[in-house]
Amino acid sequence: MKQKFDAIVVGAGPAGSACGYSLAKSGLATLVVERGKFPGAKNMWGGVFYGPSLNQLFPGFWEEAPVERYILRHKFSLLAPESSFSTEFTTKKFGEPPYNGFSLLRSKFDRWFASKAEQAGAIIASGLQADDLLWDGKRVVGIKAGGDELPASVVIACDGVNSVLAEKAGLRGKFSPGDMKQGIKEIIQLPRDLIEQRFNLAGEEGVAWEFIGTFTRGIPGGAFIYTNKETLSVGIVVQLSELAEKKISANDLLEEFKQHPAVANLLADGKLAEYSAHLIPVGGKAMMPGLYKDGFLVAGDAAALILATGLAMEGANFAIASGLAAARTVIKAKKSGDFSEKSLSCYPELLGQSFVLKDLEAFKKAPHFLENPRVYSLYPQLACDLAERIFTNDGKARKKTWELLKQSMKDRVSFLQMIRDLIQIKRSI
Amino acid sequence: MNPKSIEDKLAVNKYDIDKEVHISIHEDICNKCEEYYCIPACPADCFKESEGHITFSYEGCLECGSCLIVCEKDAIGWTLPRAGFGICYQYG
Repeated sequence: MKQKFDAIVVGAGPAGSACGYSLAKSGLATLVVERGKFPGAKNMWGGVFYGPSLNQLFPGFWEEAPVERYILRHKFSLLAPESSFSTEFTTKKFGEPPYNGFSLLRSKFDRWFASKAEQAGAIIASGLQADDLLWDGKRVVGIKAGGDELPASVVIACDGVNSVLAEKAGLRGKFSPGDMKQGIKEIIQLPRDLIEQRFNLAGEEGVAWEFIGTFTRGIPGGAFIYTNKETLSVGIVVQLSELAEKKISANDLLEEFKQHPAVANLLADGKLAEYSAHLIPVGGKAMMPGLYKDGFLVAGDAAALILATGLAMEGANFAIASGLAAARTVIKAKKSGDFSEKSLSCYPELLGQSFVLKDLEAFKKAPHFLENPRVYSLYPQLACDLAERIFTNDGKARKKTWELLKQSMKDRVSFLQMIRDLIQIKRSI
Repeated sequence: MNPKSIEDKLAVNKYDIDKEVHISIHEDICNKCEEYYCIPACPADCFKESEGHITFSYEGCLECGSCLIVCEKDAIGWTLPRAGFGICYQYG
């Protein structure tokens, strides 16, 4: 007779590895299946990871995990076609353990995380795809993978944004392109000392730099540059529905961004090492699928657990926290021997107790605000235009800043509209 | 000189290309389609229009699923490549 697992976790990303680690550590017979040749082979992201969830699991994880640089500085720039307006925040605290965030690359990091689950006793089966669910009536009782039937008391779908299993379980329907952002990224190789010179860094220090502006041609989204040890992660994240409707390729926007005068010098002489793409579910709470049913749970991107607040997007720590909450649910179910929908219904409660659902609830209006096209084109232009008027010395008598602001706003936006947008900002973020 | 076109960018990636094709299109529907949302939406430029027909390649697919989501006519049959095949990120 085939071995029956207590739990099969599908997908060895941050959600799956956190879940698999926690289950195996509690003594449950756990199988993690991963469709890539190795964990991380199919995964990409922008590249900044916030540590608290992982630090709870592995205190001081940065000592052994393959992180690139700790993020000492956060920069934010508004770009108009030929000008830019930037702000920067840094604090000594971000450069001291436990640090605030790290740049890291998924192909290495996910492999490391999965190896932790393996060390705890989980079986990691890479190069194995979960093609379908096994059913007993309305109950999920395992998966079909690689022509085999693999039985389990419970299946945890951590199979990413396009979760095939959540769809097969009937927990989600077709996605709307308005609920998705498309992220594309280039890995650009540069010598380490050059990266440190250009970005004013020393040792393991890193910068996370976000950009919004006219380069997205009014499409909601932005660009980023994150420093790794010997590479830069340079990418753009834009609303999928608008790419389709406006017939614009994200790659064209990325090229426009890379040629901006504020950006081009930072990337000069770099060598392209990888080009990647991924979807990000940004619909917030409104697009969350059902999270559980008899013998089945959903975690991570598969459950659309992404926080998009405008200045930042976070997913990996939400994935880890939801993977751990799913594991706690399963460990409890194992004790009572009951994997029914009713027994698993404590999962959303556990998510609700953590930051995962609290954050998504707090920012539930953010997706709507983030669709406001003025944020991506008009306001960056306004800021750059005003700064230009303030700094330009044209040999004539100076005007008061208030007068300059009125000049910048003329024919662009009314005070009333700006106040309306400010109110919307206050309500949503 | 670094590549600017998608085709040239994909050339630096590592793939294990499967002989089995994981994208299919419903030609009857696609030939009548006026939107062609799949073309700009695909970050790997897998879809192209030639003489009123849509053609596609699957080898450079980055497995993001954009095409499936933007197609309002459900004319794209996009599945994941078989396990172990397709894009294999070295950085991610």
